[in-house]
Amino acid sequence: MTALLRVEGLSRYYGARAGCECVSFELDEGEILAVVGESGSGKTTLLDCVSGRNKPDSGTVVFNTRIDGPLDVWRLSEAARRMLARTDWGYVHQSPREGLRLDASAGANVGERLMALGARHYGRIRAEAVGWMDAVELDSARIDELPTAFSGGMQQRLQIARNLVTRPRLVFMDEPTAGLDVSVQARLLDLLRGLAGELGLAAIIVTHDLAVARLLAQRMIVMRGGGVVESGLTDQVLDDPQHPYTQLLVSSVLQA
Amino acid sequence: MSAISGTGYNYAYLDEQTKRMIRRAILKAVAIPGYQVPFGSREMPLPYGWGTGGIQVTAALIGPDDVLKVIDQGSDDTTNAVSIRRFFARTANVATTERTREATLIQTRHRIPETPLAPGQILVYQVPIPEPLRWLEPRETETRTMHALREYGLMHTRLYEDIARHGRIATSYDYPVVVNGRYLMRPSPIPKFDNPKMHMSPALQIFGAGREKRIYAVPPHTRVESLDFEDHPFEVQKWNESCALCGAHDTFLDEIVMDDRGGRMHVCSDTDHCTTRQARASAAETLEARA
Repeated sequence: MTALLRVEGLSRYYGARAGCECVSFELDEGEILAVVGESGSGKTTLLDCVSGRNKPDSGTVVFNTRIDGPLDVWRLSEAARRMLARTDWGYVHQSPREGLRLDASAGANVGERLMALGARHYGRIRAEAVGWMDAVELDSARIDELPTAFSGGMQQRLQIARNLVTRPRLVFMDEPTAGLDVSVQARLLDLLRGLAGELGLAAIIVTHDLAVARLLAQRMIVMRGGGVVESGLTDQVLDDPQHPYTQLLVSSVLQA
Repeated sequence: MSAISGTGYNYAYLDEQTKRMIRRAILKAVAIPGYQVPFGSREMPLPYGWGTGGIQVTAALIGPDDVLKVIDQGSDDTTNAVSIRRFFARTANVATTERTREATLIQTRHRIPETPLAPGQILVYQVPIPEPLRWLEPRETETRTMHALREYGLMHTRLYEDIARHGRIATSYDYPVVVNGRYLMRPSPIPKFDNPKMHMSPALQIFGAGREKRIYAVPPHTRVESLDFEDHPFEVQKWNESCALCGAHDTFLDEIVMDDRGGRMHVCSDTDHCTTRQARASAAETLEARA
């Protein structure tokens, strides 16, 4: 079986400094990969290079598209790459303010991708938005309210709904639970795990929270200084860390 | 062309090189219908927002044989219209008119004349903000990419918001259109009542934005479609009243407050169309009286 996403030798330099260096990994359909590491370790650079937002200096990102099979994302035309980014991919930002259109209602936020793909029937777009708000456990009676009227956790769920409306096969998430309180985090993680299972979503989740990785991801990679220091099955890496840095990371988590 | 004697200014105010630069922008705009062509907008002897874009386009196009008409909100006799008409009468020695039919060049702010335009006529619009995606996407680099890749779904989110809030598409002027099936275009703040007149018009339509330094155009016989939803189709304004002066019921009406007791009256916003109709009606009455 061909992998959904294959990343090989991906490097991105900021001047002489490496944002991420020679990173390779594969991701299968329906698999969730966590990228952990301290801040400044290159997690977000890696995510941006893979998701078509930041052009890498070298390396390839091959995505197995629905119609044309495996294609190198960075060899596609900009039009095709942007098309991919709003159909087969989703991107959940750390701050919902970046990922949402704050001056448009919740319904318009969810429906935006559909309209971008040519949906021109108001009633159907709205029905779809109601369905997705229900799916992420938002009160669909609030469909006409602005995102600013929602709490942080609700905004984050709205952002997820907005991404899932085109039924993407791969979702990129940049610290999706950061800045939320612990109970809301737990609920969001629960929801994400449920949706991923239900829709067969593959995801790459950047996080510095090992608990998030433990709960959601089948596999994880640990980054430091732009390079990968350890990778493997999540339980394996967390229960039996091999690299000194991973050991430090695991041991520095407070036990409640 | 030489200077206008006694004024110290070149013909039609702008120097010949500037006019040539503007004509090049116009040619490109006509070749790519709806595409915004950047041009080196000049300082004009009137403030930005008063039609500096339109006046530069007119200056680049006008010749001594032209007949110029200038309208502001449909009216020939408001300050803006009178000043611009006089400006060209002085600097370009050109004949002016208030009759839509007689004009070869019409500069307009916020209206398209009710009288259908004819082949050979040029309509010049004054445009405050040319970018239709501006309030949705503030980055110019991003809006240009969106135009280049024809990513116009965002515009529909605005219409969606309208329906969600008001139950119908409440945008009533500067209503977004797609030109020739390709470029999304802002038609300048004309009422959406006038949008259908742009579609397949036999006249050449040129849009000038002075502050934003953009020129775009709709060549004759070009498709101009207003955006809408399948279940909320595009509609123009309708009035229950008809014009109190000429009796027309198919024109764009202005509501005028007559006194402080709530008295009001609806009249045509296009003054030339209204007076022509009144003159025709009174001529017919005279004929009837004689018969």
